[in-house]
Amino acid sequence: MLGLAVLLCVLIVLPLSWLFYFSVTDRSGAFTFENFSKLITDPVFLDPLITTFILAILASLACCAVAAPMGWLVARTDIPARWMIRILVMASFVTPPFLGAIAWELLAAPNSGLLNQGFRLLTGASQEERLFNIYSFPGLVFVISCYTFPYVFVLIANSLDRIPGDLEDASSILGGRAWVTARRITIPLALPALVAGALVAFLQSMTLFGSPAILALPAGFHTMTTKIWSLFQYPPKPELAAAASLPLLVLTVILLRAEHVILGRRGFSVVGGKSGDPRLVRLGAFKWPALVLCLVVLLNPVFLPYGALLNATFSSVATTLVSPANFTFHNIEFVFFELSATKLALKNTFILGATAATIGTLIALVVGYLTTRKAIVGYRTLGFLATAPVAIPGIVLGVGLFLSYTRPPLILYGTLWILLIAFVTIALPAAYQQLQSAFRTVHPDLEDASRILGASRLQALAHITAPLLRTSVIATWCFVFVGVMRELSAAIMLFTSETKVISVLIFDLNESGDLAAISVLGLFMLIITFAVVILANRIPGFGGVHLRNH
Amino acid sequence: MRDALFTRRDILKASAALAIGATGATRVASAPAAESVTPALIAAARKEGKVVWYTVMDLPVAEKLARAFEAKYPGIPVRVERSGAERQFQRLAQEVASRIYAADVVNSSDAAHFIVWKRDGWLAPYVPEDVARHYPAEHRDPDGLYATSRIWLSSLGYNTNLVKPEEAPKSFADLLDPKWMGKMVKGHPTYSGTILTATFQIARDLGWEYFEKLAKQKVLQVQSSTDPPKKLALGERAVMADGNDYNLVQLKEAGRSVEIVYPSEGTPLIVGPNGVFKMAPNANAARLFQSYLLSLEGQQLLIDFSGQHSAHPLVKEKAGRKPLGEIKLMKDDPAAVEKQSEEIKARYTKIFGV
Repeated sequence: MLGLAVLLCVLIVLPLSWLFYFSVTDRSGAFTFENFSKLITDPVFLDPLITTFILAILASLACCAVAAPMGWLVARTDIPARWMIRILVMASFVTPPFLGAIAWELLAAPNSGLLNQGFRLLTGASQEERLFNIYSFPGLVFVISCYTFPYVFVLIANSLDRIPGDLEDASSILGGRAWVTARRITIPLALPALVAGALVAFLQSMTLFGSPAILALPAGFHTMTTKIWSLFQYPPKPELAAAASLPLLVLTVILLRAEHVILGRRGFSVVGGKSGDPRLVRLGAFKWPALVLCLVVLLNPVFLPYGALLNATFSSVATTLVSPANFTFHNIEFVFFELSATKLALKNTFILGATAATIGTLIALVVGYLTTRKAIVGYRTLGFLATAPVAIPGIVLGVGLFLSYTRPPLILYGTLWILLIAFVTIALPAAYQQLQSAFRTVHPDLEDASRILGASRLQALAHITAPLLRTSVIATWCFVFVGVMRELSAAIMLFTSETKVISVLIFDLNESGDLAAISVLGLFMLIITFAVVILANRIPGFGGVHLRNH
Repeated sequence: MRDALFTRRDILKASAALAIGATGATRVASAPAAESVTPALIAAARKEGKVVWYTVMDLPVAEKLARAFEAKYPGIPVRVERSGAERQFQRLAQEVASRIYAADVVNSSDAAHFIVWKRDGWLAPYVPEDVARHYPAEHRDPDGLYATSRIWLSSLGYNTNLVKPEEAPKSFADLLDPKWMGKMVKGHPTYSGTILTATFQIARDLGWEYFEKLAKQKVLQVQSSTDPPKKLALGERAVMADGNDYNLVQLKEAGRSVEIVYPSEGTPLIVGPNGVFKMAPNANAARLFQSYLLSLEGQQLLIDFSGQHSAHPLVKEKAGRKPLGEIKLMKDDPAAVEKQSEEIKARYTKIFGV
């Protein structure tokens, strides 16, 4: 068990130590605060810091504005096809944000974007006019919100699912009208989840790399993540990158603390013995408009981008609608038969996905067991270590791992190991959370009975607990696998030509403007993702993946 | 096989020394003697079974050459590792610093990189027969470490659906006209070697004030020099402020609505060398590929398919394309680019904000 603790320590403490070390040293290795003073005085760094802050606030607000009503509609009203809405939100969640950003380039690039072309065609507007400009600050906020709102949605919908109907009933019985009940009961009870959702959305938007790299640079501005990344351009400035990473890290830790404090109070609100199912609000005549509203929202992260990718896959010109005249299989042929990087990237992605999922699930399983059963001294520390990576943004982890493993004693850069470490570290908190709650559902009595009958702890685990947890374990495995497929921010810091993964390949292709190839690869990636998600959901007894991932 | 190779190379070295001695050459340079493609080389390459080409060419062009090589030498698949030259330069340095030797053959659009790699001793001497026999001196390294694999320009261009020919810009100066505000696309010198080289030449000939004024025109800033032509063809922007002329040639020949403009001040000239990496894991396959790429066959295919130009004098320009000789060129100067590279990137980033 000590080994496990040491392993977790190495995973987390080593990269962070190097990060701190580099941030306070200069080239010669002498102690200095110069990196930080440059960070806060040089507008080259200060501007992205401010931009990122505003960006994250706006995206977070946008996510809440969309996700809160939707979460309420799905959880507490008789809106039709709620399962479909949940599935579509899940689809937006598993869509890699960088892929979404590229798809939105196809849709809303100011001149060539499909939506802008359509707008001009319908209104007869001149070439100068446009509806959207995705290469802009609002464009970036929009695209980031598209793929961040599911985090808020899940938190809110889950919380509303859990608010007992009794309290609302009591309010109605005492004569409270619908609005009064909502204002005095439902909203206050759901508020912690909303605030927590806002914080998570803020964190996601702040630490995202792909979307800003794809949209902000053409628009002519940097965010912190793209700036950190650009510091590795020749000649690399790792000490500045390390210093620039620390504000992201510190802010994340603070916000997660805040989230914990806020969510920690929520337990109080639902105390109350057995409670009835939540009462569904009857929407009456608003039923169908409400559904239409949800679907309109879901146009943005799902239908439109997927449609744009599909169109670019089969069209000879990426932003021209497919027609018999320009229909082509050439793009598919190019990606799978000519593009020589495809095979290796697919192979690497599958190897990394499968091993990271297996190792991550195993570690999470052991730590989850030890902490829920309080099996060893110091189980709290283990639990803390398994959760700690939540606070490390992908790009910061990437920088830390790069600094740690490009020098002796352990040179892992250039191998799949360094990516494996990154992916396991990133996936661990979510995997641990899922499996820990799964362990809680298995009552220790069952294990105790087995042990009374003479089984050892491990035998009890193998014969009693493991079979009961099978579905959760498979779900967690799939969840980590999907997470690895969509990871870009750490991978972009750590890959070499031999260890390229699909996300990095797509990013490379975007820089050379090969949009058709991206569409083919992106759709392929989505197909695999959905296959895995469906697999996880078809396992009996498994009620949907808990959509939480940092 | 390795032993065989070393023996052969030793012999060649000796014969090269002999040749120099015999002709009484006063040249300090020590280019090894030309090597023809022998069955032994092909067999050794086949035994290695693959070759990894770090290249910066437009991806479809590089893959086309790779497939042609594979067709000629079955059993030696080429993996094209494509990135922007400046990005590739950084990555290669990072890999070598960590003792990762993945590259067999290296290509760049920033000829200055070969000066650095040569100085650092990262290139293997190898002179294919065609290079020795045909390539002019200015397109081959005197020490036989690399040779020019392609020549092209960073031109201007416009989308013919969006701009009438008579209104199209004719010069760099024309791009500063307010009417092009928000209508231009250009590449980035911290990513693309082509753009870095072009930025150097333009700044040298027209001054940095040109870029300061251009930055006020709200250009769409993309990364690779292959991207502005593609954005132009999509109609995303009306005018291209820099980027590969050869992509425009390809797009135009494919019937897309683009037109190339060679600016009246002169067009930046880009020379792209190719060399065998000294630490190449597949040293024989690397030499075979280098030899193929620089051969008349490889060059003719490259030029026909991509619309670039060759240093190989026997290569024939495709009919209807503008020969290099008819275009007013800016002068390339890799040695100066090498010295100013960092400064150019920093200054550009400051002016354009990204």
